[in-house]
Amino acid sequence: MKLIDLHPVGQKVEIGTVHFSPEDIVRFAKQFDPQIFHVDAEAAKESLFGGLCASGWHTCSGWMRCYVSFFEAEEKRLRDEGLEPPKMGPSPGFKKLSWLKPVFAGDTITYSVTPLGSRTLSSRPGWIMNQVLCEGHNQHGEPVVRFESAIVEFE
Amino acid sequence: MAEKTYAFEDFTAGRSFALGPKHVTAEEIIAFAREFDPQPMHLSEEAGKASILGGLSASGWHTSGMMMRMLTDAFLLESTSQGSPGIDFLEWRNPVLAGDTLSGTTTVVEARPLRSRPGIGVVRFRHEIVNQKGEPVCTGENAIMMGMRTLTESAA
Repeated sequence: MKLIDLHPVGQKVEIGTVHFSPEDIVRFAKQFDPQIFHVDAEAAKESLFGGLCASGWHTCSGWMRCYVSFFEAEEKRLRDEGLEPPKMGPSPGFKKLSWLKPVFAGDTITYSVTPLGSRTLSSRPGWIMNQVLCEGHNQHGEPVVRFESAIVEFE
Repeated sequence: MAEKTYAFEDFTAGRSFALGPKHVTAEEIIAFAREFDPQPMHLSEEAGKASILGGLSASGWHTSGMMMRMLTDAFLLESTSQGSPGIDFLEWRNPVLAGDTLSGTTTVVEARPLRSRPGIGVVRFRHEIVNQKGEPVCTGENAIMMGMRTLTESAA
């Protein structure tokens, strides 16, 4: 089956949650984004964010983690039902990424995916390009991240 | 606050900054993938070779993180950055394989004062990361808010 047959366009599907501990935030940021408000809880209080918060790339990586786990579970479910799961390929990138609110230490983010569309590629026979809306909101229901990702699929 | 090397006024259109180099090891690729993107081609050389990526390859989000680190090291930590509202687009154009060395350039596309926030300007950057063969691996554009060195009123 094809990815677009799994969930129809416009249907939002929750894919999992990630808890952002101060230790995880600092560990990620020391490696990839050592700005003061991501690595130093005391100094972060004086920053414009007002507290230790996750690198935006950490927030995005949390979406990816949830999507991989979600899709593995979907593959198993489909096989158990005797169906052939979609053959997923790599992503060529994303667009329109907005970090809408800081993800603070202690926040729990719930991620979702919403299919936006799907088309075959005339330039690459056998390839399908899917567009999906990726979102995350915190425990107060406030949106924190949104982006549109492209996902390659093989026919 | 200590005086920073780069403020809004320093980011003039066309100015560019060299990024990297950053050597990418198999261990780093696998460690990132285990935590955030545990797909087979990011976890083992064998699975990577069997995929269309051609070898153990970094998660696109790992590549993005490495780009971010190159940006912080090149100028962001020494700037008046107030953070970024997001990314216009980012393309992962070629696989980043274990053993690759990444480098690149970020160029100021435009810079304008923010009318709504006196003393802050928006700087739009274009980032281009290549591997040791000069092949593009990651290209994107985003805006970063920068504090001004001196408070100037924008034209109404």
